[in-house]
Amino acid sequence: MTLFIDCVKAFLVGGCFCAIGQLFIDRTKLTPARILVAYVVIGVVLGALGLYQPLVDFAGAGASVPLCGFGNLLAQGVRRAVEEQGLLGIFTGGLTAAAGGVCAAVFFGLLGALIFRPGDKS
Amino acid sequence: MATRIGRYTLRLDTSPSVECYAAIGAKKEAEGPLAACFDQLMEDSTLGEQTWEKAESRLQKEIVALALNKGGLSPEEIDCIFAGDLLNQCTSSSYGLRSFGLPLIGVYGACSTMAESLGLAGLFVEGGFARRAMAVTSSHFCSAEKQFRFPLEYGGQRPPTSQWTVTGAGAAVAGPSGGPPYLRAVTFGRVQDMGIKDANNMGAAMAPAAADTLLRYFDDTRTAPEDYDMIFTGDLGQIGSDLLLQLTAPRGIDLAGKHTDCGLLIYDRKKQTEVGAGGSGCGCAATVLCGYLLDQLREGRFQEILFMATGALMSPTIVQQGESIPGVAHLLHLSANPWPKEVVS
Amino acid sequence: MSMTPQEYQELCNKASPSSKSLVRIPTAFAVGGLICVIGQLLLAFYGSLGVSEEQAPAWVSITLIFLSALLTGLRVYDNIARYAGAGTLVPITGFANAVASPALEFKSEGLVLGLAAKMFVIAGPVIVYGLAASVAYGLLLVLASLL
Repeated sequence: MTLFIDCVKAFLVGGCFCAIGQLFIDRTKLTPARILVAYVVIGVVLGALGLYQPLVDFAGAGASVPLCGFGNLLAQGVRRAVEEQGLLGIFTGGLTAAAGGVCAAVFFGLLGALIFRPGDKS
Repeated sequence: MATRIGRYTLRLDTSPSVECYAAIGAKKEAEGPLAACFDQLMEDSTLGEQTWEKAESRLQKEIVALALNKGGLSPEEIDCIFAGDLLNQCTSSSYGLRSFGLPLIGVYGACSTMAESLGLAGLFVEGGFARRAMAVTSSHFCSAEKQFRFPLEYGGQRPPTSQWTVTGAGAAVAGPSGGPPYLRAVTFGRVQDMGIKDANNMGAAMAPAAADTLLRYFDDTRTAPEDYDMIFTGDLGQIGSDLLLQLTAPRGIDLAGKHTDCGLLIYDRKKQTEVGAGGSGCGCAATVLCGYLLDQLREGRFQEILFMATGALMSPTIVQQGESIPGVAHLLHLSANPWPKEVVS
Repeated sequence: MSMTPQEYQELCNKASPSSKSLVRIPTAFAVGGLICVIGQLLLAFYGSLGVSEEQAPAWVSITLIFLSALLTGLRVYDNIARYAGAGTLVPITGFANAVASPALEFKSEGLVLGLAAKMFVIAGPVIVYGLAASVAYGLLLVLASLL
């Protein structure tokens, strides 16, 4: 039952992030790439202000799967690294926290491109 | 020799004939209303090639062979080819036509290439610089997406103002006057830029150029829309067509009922909703002209038409630098009859 | 033309239909929400396998990225995205699609200068500005600790 409620919360919060994104696509001239950049940077800022983690605690994947969650991850990573390593943490924290996602995207992207053939869309 | 009429229009006094022509399309064109007009419809838009650029080059090779074959001509009977396409350095023309051993004059007019190249070919014949000259152009949805937009597998949404690049090619041979259709006049357009920066709204970027060329032509020739069966613009799509009517109306030129657009003819926008505001690409105006319009003139269903292909001269690089998108439109007056003697003497 | 670019822009805006937001926003909401539900289910799944609460979210991301790259390769992702819009753009799967699709498309220009060099042509800015923002935050943290 808790799993069901968790899923409902994830659906609603994650859906909201996407609906806001769609609003930007439809109503502004912002390109998708710019919207993604905005989401990540906003995620970092909200994470830094400590406003994003409560949302992750509430909505789980609904807050961590959208790209703002990636930004929050960067912020959390830097905070922890600066606490543990001081100055060096500024440079190691972000990428360390994001390592799994970035590396997976590179690796699976490479693998997919090697295995599959581009196809016709016309 | 051609006579300059007014400031911009060239009258081809010997009325060169468009001797033979052909059009190739692919799957989406086969689903459109003009499917029956194509000489060939490719089931496989790779044409058996490994890359999209090679596939489009192959399209140009095929279309030239097809047009020559239809006219019973051999390459030796063609003196030069005017050809262009959308890809950087006119890739498809250079590579597709390299095996014919004919002088190639590469032209770039974006989607206006068909009118530009056929106008030049007609002038070469008119001036006696070529016995026969050929005009060729193509576009391919996949190679155009790759160069101008996003990778094919990228998950993006197309806004309703965007247009769909036609996968197809057209070729036409201009030769000495002999039979319909005849090429009577050419007006090369001026570059027009009204500050449109939206690369997803090419129709809006091109409409001012279409209006300008059309007004110049009517001015030069002292004719009006009533003097023609139909005015075909090429690929303004729905938005550009609406804008063209709004731009010409205040100048006393009413195009309502006299105008349609190749981008609207080639697809069924109600059924093929993904095409957005209509077709585009060099292949759009080229296949509508070479597959449909020239036949209509030859068979006498149209007597006088204006064919005006429009091009958005967009470079993604300079648009990213904040520049707007200039447009150009080139106009051909095509007819089922040559100029009467009293006009050209 | 006796019209200023501003006047023409207004004419264009009137002639150009706007996107069908009434359909597109709910679709984006539903598809994006569903992707997050899949994430939530994966989170529970990894939890049931005994993966620590610390590590489970990373595994969820990696799994979603794998699925997205797979659907991109199978030429399915963009067909969903045509309807879903931001629903497939905003989740981490959109990031993975933005990496995998140019890699696949530009493979024809070679494994080094094509596939690999073009891989981040769309998604690169996300990493650049995400990391830049995190470095700025780190600097602030260090400065704050000095005060």
